[in-house]
Amino acid sequence: MAFIEASGLTKTYTPRGAKPVHALDGLDLAVPQGTVTALLGPNGAGKTTTVKVLTTLIRPEAGTAVIDGIDVIRHPERIRPIIGVSGQYAAVDENLTGFENLDMVGRLYHLGASASRMRARELIGLFGLTEAANRPVKGFSGGMRRRIDLAGALVTRPKVLFLDEPTTGLDPQGRLDMWDIITTLVGEGTTVLLTTQYLEEADRLADSISVIDEGSVIAQGTADELKASIGGQRVEINLVSSDDSIAAQEILTRFGSAEPTVSGDGRELTVKAADAPDALQRILAEFGERGIHLYDAGMRRPTLDDVFLRLTGHVAEEEPAEEESAAEPGGKKSGDKRDKRDRREKAERKAS
Amino acid sequence: MTAMLHGGTYGTARPGASAFSHWLSDGWITTRRNLIKIKRVPDILVFTTLQPIMFVLLFTYIYSGVINIPGSSYKEFIMAGIFAQTVVFGSTYSGSAMAQDLKDGIIDRFRSLPMSPSAVLVGRTNGDLLINVISMIVMMMTGLIVGWRVRSSFLEAVAAVGLLLLFAYALSWVMAFLGMLVRSPEVINNVSFLVLFPLTFISNAFVPSETLPTPLRIFAEYNPVTALVQAARQLFGNIPPGSPVSDVWTQRYPIITVLIGIVVMLMIFVPLSVRKFKQISTR
Repeated sequence: MAFIEASGLTKTYTPRGAKPVHALDGLDLAVPQGTVTALLGPNGAGKTTTVKVLTTLIRPEAGTAVIDGIDVIRHPERIRPIIGVSGQYAAVDENLTGFENLDMVGRLYHLGASASRMRARELIGLFGLTEAANRPVKGFSGGMRRRIDLAGALVTRPKVLFLDEPTTGLDPQGRLDMWDIITTLVGEGTTVLLTTQYLEEADRLADSISVIDEGSVIAQGTADELKASIGGQRVEINLVSSDDSIAAQEILTRFGSAEPTVSGDGRELTVKAADAPDALQRILAEFGERGIHLYDAGMRRPTLDDVFLRLTGHVAEEEPAEEESAAEPGGKKSGDKRDKRDRREKAERKAS
Repeated sequence: MTAMLHGGTYGTARPGASAFSHWLSDGWITTRRNLIKIKRVPDILVFTTLQPIMFVLLFTYIYSGVINIPGSSYKEFIMAGIFAQTVVFGSTYSGSAMAQDLKDGIIDRFRSLPMSPSAVLVGRTNGDLLINVISMIVMMMTGLIVGWRVRSSFLEAVAAVGLLLLFAYALSWVMAFLGMLVRSPEVINNVSFLVLFPLTFISNAFVPSETLPTPLRIFAEYNPVTALVQAARQLFGNIPPGSPVSDVWTQRYPIITVLIGIVVMLMIFVPLSVRKFKQISTR
């Protein structure tokens, strides 16, 4: 059994006067011990709700969650001593100093007065918080608050660390600093579940990525597996005029191995191709004959962006035919993706 | 930056400590948090000391010539009213502070820790209690300077102060619950202002309730604030002998009424607040 194992988590919120929101819709998740798993998804996908369920803050309506063999829902009091949480909003007391914040957390973990103080001092040193040690947090930057908050999650030796969007809202330098800290933690073998909307972050920090959308995991694997899952290279062209869009689409369809995707203004076209260099040459030759003018043309490998867009539905809805075949090579792709799309389409049909 | 996790002095919770000692310690830690806040945010302290002084001076000097209290002076009459109003308003910080903590996400931090679920509320209401203790001391000193006198025994005066503080403490639990329910510090502030102002004014706090027009008089007679003011007045010995006594039970036995009120508020809102706390989370 994995260290963190969740299955069928369901949580529905009903805002006043609005339709119920399925924050979690049968979410399954498994995090092996000593690994970093990223929960990747757009805003509102259910990332924070997942973390809240696993950290005992909210109870799901259905499903089970187990951490280190302990039932999270039945025995939250046995989970709390073994987890560390650092949330999206730096949960620090603005009126306390950095030291007082960490000391308070230590005392509330029942470490005892002297051990709490020692640990707080130690963390101040480790996280480079000396500046904030004896001044109220109020006057400090978002990055500094995040670091204090993260240090707070590490006051005891948590068996598992939850990081909910650890870099959202930070400036680029703050983000790099936070990545360094997390990389160090990971090097020490902590089991980490982190959520992020940034592919780069998931790519860089996580061993395994679970792509989450509308409350369930729609794909899982390493960054490479996910990229491979949507197949080989792409040919990308950029038209001078959108008048040529239809003709260009026809040409791309002929030489590509699937339907091309077209941007909203019709000027950026992308098509998957089995032999991309050959396809690009032929496409350019044909464009020359037809007198279609280009700003730019090239080949590229799939990025996590492609995976992300595809899986979260935005691109997929424009090219449903390609989806099935694209899903095959990855292997690890979660099987319910197709079902989910079908369900969504059904729901849309019903609505209209 | 090495050994963030697997080095250092920290360990696990000390074994052998009982749940009760954890509860005491957690309550103290969260109380200390609020005490530090009072120290660091001077406006709270300035407001809690200046406002009562202002009230005592305004009411005693503006109205003492207009309102006649047979057998006594308006200064003697008004002080219990000002005490009651001030401590009742002093109990509202718990409401806005709980809403603010919820907004800031620090409630999520607390709830993910292996601490007693009532500790945050205990610390919060203790913070209000301390503010009210300071207010009471300031108001009594100001009152004594302008001519207010305790005409009962020392012990009765202590009982009066205790009753005022306990009533406000119980009300803090009500406010804490409402703060978690409403979730907006601004709304809770405005609403408590809109509710508590009439509640303290349509009472016997500033004028004898007999002088009010009938509908207001009836409201005033059953108003819990009236009972609180009446109880404090009685215990401070500020009711002149021979004053008319209302037939309303809560007025005839104000001390017992207030004690019952305190017990009822605590019995309902302590468990309700703790239960609510166990379920809440940011957003």
